[in-house]
Amino acid sequence: MAHATDTKSTQTTRRDFLMLATGAAGAVGLGAVVVPLVSQLAPDAQTVAAGAPIDVDLAPIAEGQAIKLFWRGKLIFVRHRTKKEIDEARSVDVATLPDPQTDQSRVKEGHDQYLVVYGSCTHLGCVPLGNNPGDNKGDYDGWFCPCHGSHYDSSGRIRRGPAPLNLPVPPYAFSTDSKIRIG
Amino acid sequence: MSGHSSYVPKTGFERWLDARLPIIRLTHDSAVSYPVPRNLNYLWTFGGILMFMLVAQIVTGVVLVMHYTPHATMAFNSVEHIMRDVNYGWLLRYLHSNGASMFFVAVYVHIFRGLYYGSYKAPREVLWILGVVIFLLMMATAFMGYVLPWGQMSFWGATVITNLFSALPVVGETIVTFLWGGFSVDNPTLNRFFSLHYLLPFMIFGVVILHVWALHHVGQNNPTGVEVKNVQKDTVPFTPYATIKDIFGMVCFMFVFAYFVFYQPNFMGHADNYIPANPAVTPAHIVPEWYFLPFYAILRAIPDKLGGVVAMGAAIVVLAFLPWIDTSKIKSMSYRPIGRQLFWAFVVVCIGLGWLGAMPAEGGYVIASRIFTALYFGYFVALFVVGLFERPKALPNSIADSVLGSLQGGSGARVALATAAEPNAKG
Repeated sequence: MAHATDTKSTQTTRRDFLMLATGAAGAVGLGAVVVPLVSQLAPDAQTVAAGAPIDVDLAPIAEGQAIKLFWRGKLIFVRHRTKKEIDEARSVDVATLPDPQTDQSRVKEGHDQYLVVYGSCTHLGCVPLGNNPGDNKGDYDGWFCPCHGSHYDSSGRIRRGPAPLNLPVPPYAFSTDSKIRIG
Repeated sequence: MSGHSSYVPKTGFERWLDARLPIIRLTHDSAVSYPVPRNLNYLWTFGGILMFMLVAQIVTGVVLVMHYTPHATMAFNSVEHIMRDVNYGWLLRYLHSNGASMFFVAVYVHIFRGLYYGSYKAPREVLWILGVVIFLLMMATAFMGYVLPWGQMSFWGATVITNLFSALPVVGETIVTFLWGGFSVDNPTLNRFFSLHYLLPFMIFGVVILHVWALHHVGQNNPTGVEVKNVQKDTVPFTPYATIKDIFGMVCFMFVFAYFVFYQPNFMGHADNYIPANPAVTPAHIVPEWYFLPFYAILRAIPDKLGGVVAMGAAIVVLAFLPWIDTSKIKSMSYRPIGRQLFWAFVVVCIGLGWLGAMPAEGGYVIASRIFTALYFGYFVALFVVGLFERPKALPNSIADSVLGSLQGGSGARVALATAAEPNAKG
């Protein structure tokens, strides 16, 4: 009986091997086709190259003003905050925030008046209002998103509304006292 | 229900072709001799109307592409070029943009027809699920088409909807980057949406063929929900009865379509979409097209980002499970005293959600959206529960009985109709 089974299995081994090998080769081939088909969806070289770091001069931004600029096609807000706005952002109890972060961790030390954040709401990507004089700044002296009613404070942190996260801080560093390099 | 073919080739050529490619036989069996329940009402003409709308959208769309430029800096102007310079360009574009709305009008009537008469119940589960698939493909197609003019609503609609995927844990951000082909909605996004907007209608067409195939295999439901028992008594041949009725329904529908195209072509659009896309300014009030509003209201009702996206998706996907959610054995709501009231409450809830989706997301509107979202899902829970104890009204013995009354056995009318259905006698 055992002998018969052995004979049978040796008889089918070669075909089994061919089946498995063919299947494996087919799977590898399919994978090789899928990789370029999916990879082409990623940002192309031109788009990536256009995302090189940029220099921004902060000197022209007066206290209380904010500017908008684009880096990698994404909107960035640079705000020169007033003393009152900084104090408001620092007096809140961090533990009560939906996305707890201190104001200090969101600015560069010694440049506390400048706040640099991405200008798209973390809910669904609308541009919050609050940069221009006369804009609705929300209930926390920061930004207000008109799409679904998220309120951000003067540190760009989410305080109320459907947005889950604070406005993220892009990678940047001060190259001089009044210039930053984003990227 | 399809039974044996009653096609008899008449000429030598037909016999020759029939032995090689029985395409005339297929057409004859599915559109001429195919038996349809004799008690169908005008709500059953919307299947044909939808077929017409799909073809109309494909024809006008293919023609529009001959004049459209899919590029972030040129798309907006090329649409204006279609409107101003191309012969009848205004007509073709208005037919296409209003056609999308009319397509959804028809599909919502079609879906609610199915909900009322229990067309999702056995043996039509696969037919119904294919319909849900078509609905999803339609939504994707309509969304991507709305992006192509690259106006403010196009741009910000694309931003909001693609950002829905960022709610997914871990892979969300990567998926969004791959959807965009960049770090924000930009030219690569427009290009791939254009490509897919051209592809998806043909995929819809493919699923429609499966949908019709499944329909012709199981046979149509009807207002009583009683299945066909006697093909001769309960049915009439598709041609001329259903053909003429469908065409009449289509023509009436086209009157409404034409009214919008010629008198109110921008009624269902947004003025903001006549402003070129500007990534630095969001329109004060972003609203999707009217046909997405109920789902948009559900999205906004949930105070959690991922929760909102999941609820919105669930609101559509739950339809696919309806055949197993509804526990009642009775198909038609006409014979379900409680189910019928639930159905009309559900209609009111859907319309209410649509209205709330157009309102700003604040104060009482948010609270109302939450209540209505709960009621929307509550309908499915209620269907499950009510089916367990509801006492239905008496069903007619057969479709023929419901139309002719059971007293008229052997009446002239029935004999005449039985003769009309003669080609199926052998089936």
